[in-house]
Amino acid sequence: MNRTDWETVIGLEIHAQLTTRSKIFSGAFTAFGAEPNRQACAIDVALPGTLPVLNRGAVERAIRLGLAIEAEIAERSVFARKNYFYPDLPKGYQISQYELPVVKNGAITVQVGEGDAAYEKTVRITRAHLEEDAGKSLHEDFHGMTGIDLNRAGTPLLEIVSEPDMRSAEEAVAYARALHALVRWIGVCDGNMQEGSFRIDANVSVRPKGETRLGTRREIKNLNSFRFLQQAIDYEVRWQIETLEEGGTVQQATVLFDPERGETRVMRTKENAHDYRYFPDPDLLPLVIDRAWIEEVRASLPELPQALRRRLVEEHGLTRYDANLLTASKELADYYLAAVAAAGPALAKPCANWILGELAAKLNRSGIEIGESPLRPLQLAALVRRVADGTIAHAGAKKVFEALWAGEGEDVDTIIEARGLKQVSDESALEALVDAAIAAHPKSVEEFRAGKEKALNALVGQVMKASRGAANPQRVTELLRRKLTP
Amino acid sequence: MSAERLLTSSLRELAAALAEGRTRAEALAEAALGRAQALQERLNAFITLTPERAREAARAADERRRAGNVSLLSGLPIAHKDLFCTKGVRTTAASRMLAGFVPPYDAFVVERLAQAGTVSIGKTNLDEFAMGSANEHSHFGPCRNPWNPERIAGGSSGGSAAAVAAGIVPVATGTDTGGSVRQPAAMCGVTGIKPSYGRVSRYGIIAYASSLDQAGVISRSAEDCALALTAIEGFDPRDSTSLDHPAEDHAAALAAAGGRLDGLRLGLPREFFAVEGLDAEVRRAVEEAARTYESLGARLVEVSLPRAELAIPAYYVIAPAEASSNLARYDGVRYGYRAPDYADLDNMYRKTRAQGFGEEVKRRILVGTYVLSHGYYDAYYLQAQKLRRLIAEDYARAFASCDLLLAPTAPTTAWLLGEKGQDPVQEYLQDIYTIGANLAGLPALSHPCGVDAAGLPIGCQLIGPYLAETRLLLAAHVFQQKTDWHRRLPPL
Repeated sequence: MNRTDWETVIGLEIHAQLTTRSKIFSGAFTAFGAEPNRQACAIDVALPGTLPVLNRGAVERAIRLGLAIEAEIAERSVFARKNYFYPDLPKGYQISQYELPVVKNGAITVQVGEGDAAYEKTVRITRAHLEEDAGKSLHEDFHGMTGIDLNRAGTPLLEIVSEPDMRSAEEAVAYARALHALVRWIGVCDGNMQEGSFRIDANVSVRPKGETRLGTRREIKNLNSFRFLQQAIDYEVRWQIETLEEGGTVQQATVLFDPERGETRVMRTKENAHDYRYFPDPDLLPLVIDRAWIEEVRASLPELPQALRRRLVEEHGLTRYDANLLTASKELADYYLAAVAAAGPALAKPCANWILGELAAKLNRSGIEIGESPLRPLQLAALVRRVADGTIAHAGAKKVFEALWAGEGEDVDTIIEARGLKQVSDESALEALVDAAIAAHPKSVEEFRAGKEKALNALVGQVMKASRGAANPQRVTELLRRKLTP
Repeated sequence: MSAERLLTSSLRELAAALAEGRTRAEALAEAALGRAQALQERLNAFITLTPERAREAARAADERRRAGNVSLLSGLPIAHKDLFCTKGVRTTAASRMLAGFVPPYDAFVVERLAQAGTVSIGKTNLDEFAMGSANEHSHFGPCRNPWNPERIAGGSSGGSAAAVAAGIVPVATGTDTGGSVRQPAAMCGVTGIKPSYGRVSRYGIIAYASSLDQAGVISRSAEDCALALTAIEGFDPRDSTSLDHPAEDHAAALAAAGGRLDGLRLGLPREFFAVEGLDAEVRRAVEEAARTYESLGARLVEVSLPRAELAIPAYYVIAPAEASSNLARYDGVRYGYRAPDYADLDNMYRKTRAQGFGEEVKRRILVGTYVLSHGYYDAYYLQAQKLRRLIAEDYARAFASCDLLLAPTAPTTAWLLGEKGQDPVQEYLQDIYTIGANLAGLPALSHPCGVDAAGLPIGCQLIGPYLAETRLLLAAHVFQQKTDWHRRLPPL
């Protein structure tokens, strides 16, 4: 029997909690971590007679996202009621945009994979709509009862729904990461995944390669880390393929990922799905957004990652790959731009190399975010400048880098001076070393003279070694060549 | 004049008596409370009386008057329909579900009338969650008609209409979703106005059907309604459907008017007078009222509202749909009634709602849930919304050839308690004349225009274009200067 080749199809629904100080339909605060029910006002508790009033700040943030993903901002969108009973849903319905969302038809292009295997992928975003969050049920500490905390009830969310454009867990993670970076970049969401500010639902299905119809999907709910997203999809895809290959069928269902066991389990199937009885909320007027407001928001946006990426390629002469890496977060991009601003545009490339190379590795190893880097952009720029002007050699630069990282000095020049890392370029000082190397390695000399270029490198290496890395390798090469060439 | 006697005077007379020191707010409050208590067993117009608060507010009003700092309504006793949230005073919506609910805040209307210095003596009876046309569906028992306690007071604002008719308070608040201010006003022989949708904030009104609910006032005359309405109008940022339109001094417009209505075109909707269930005596009285208007200079024109009959089915889809969602919050989790014994969460929901809601409320929740369900939404809810638009267009077209519409408020006078028995549709059909104004968001009022052979009051309804409250009130005011139906008192 022929083994079928399977194709994975993934679409993501991401709930981004918006950074407004107050809730989407009430004046209660949204800050995380308050004592239960201290941030729930009469509206959030759904006392009789209370009414929702839309928070303009939440709409502004929806517009920001819409512009950042080059989507349409709906001139008129409508809030609907999604009706269901649950103890942490105070009104018995959630106010959410249903048929007419505020943002539709956007897209983002993300980089998937690393190095030579990297490729770009455009993921279409069907819609993004505003809605309110529910409260929380607390099942611990109540001895057989359930506690309800309504602090989160009414927190503004933007649900960002992609098309089923992703074909692997890797692509899904790349998209989720890029969107995560984007919402933080434009300041609409703090991206704190532990606190639930950025939650991912993944719709996953598989189909035989070549098939154009979609397979039956299962929705994995509430993934709160990229690692879980990857693991959950990997498990789900494996499970679906196995099920189909064993002659079974996949039932449409909502599933939860259990990170402990690394598997998904069914929460509810289509048969017991809710009938949400959506209808337009009569307590709220349609949301009307005029052009002037959109333009005002557009003017307040920072340079967006895609524009910056283009500029890094066209003006800074970086590769697309490096430009993608540097724009993976606002903090990283800001770090790079600050370094280049200090070092000068001609040194953009070495700045990028240091940041993506030494610095990224260091940060990674020590689990520090770029924003908290002990090595500041201005110091990095000074370091790059000293390499460029020949003051220090690469080996010396690395030592300076280590010193700066370890906090053993603030100023690059002082460190170079104090540690004697200055590169020796002076010909008279180098000549003795070069002569000594020629005398000590006649074999290499002979080989070079016989036309073996490589032999020269060996000699340069000997000189560098003898100088303990302080010699200027370019100068040494020139000098050797002059002396050995008749 | 005794304070009790004063309670049946006009607001202006009352205000004058207070201003001239002939009475005090405290005396009026005592008189109102005394009368309310004396008539409670007979009428059951109140769910809660608040004597202590009333006395305190009255004393404060008298205090302010001594300091020379009062508005026209200051010191007047009033009552609120028990659908308006009142801070610190239980607010029940006439439901077991909220029998012990004490709101931590005041409704906008309550706030405004308190700011105007009025003295609330308590909360009036109503149909549970304002669902009903007779005030028979109340957890606290039916409200009875002051003209004949064997008969219904009308609904849902039955308690407010009865309290005004019985001379307990000169003005009371109501809400009108499908006729709940106008119909009980008609049944009890008093004047009531439902403003344009959005005129008065819904903040703090326990919701029945949000797109139709509108606060109004019931009192003894159009002029009194005008004074009270001005106090509760105006923009409220806490209600997104509140209209950004300043309060209007309706009473000033009435005072400036002469005794004539020359040039006013009164439209008589042909279909309304052809309704099968329209009682002959009601019809005669309303036609007589039309002739009186004519004698005051108005010109009668026949107009058509071709889809008038469809208002009832449209309403009884839209209102229950919204109600089914609005009443979902009464789940026993956070406040209100919770069933004492239950096996699990689902069982707690079922029992709480089965025990906490009355029959009519449950019926409307069931209907509303059904019409919003997957597969039925298009056939019912969307269809009803389309009808609603068409009905609104009918009214707009009618107003192209007239300034106000004149119609009966209800097809019959007050019926016997229990008479409509087990057939809810019989009760729904009573709303035929009032529902259109709610569906179209238009202002409308009812004023007394006669009595039937049994001595029961008959109401005449005026419906105006959007925001034409002043025009409505002015027409009724001129009518009331010429007639005395509104001055008649029930035989109590």
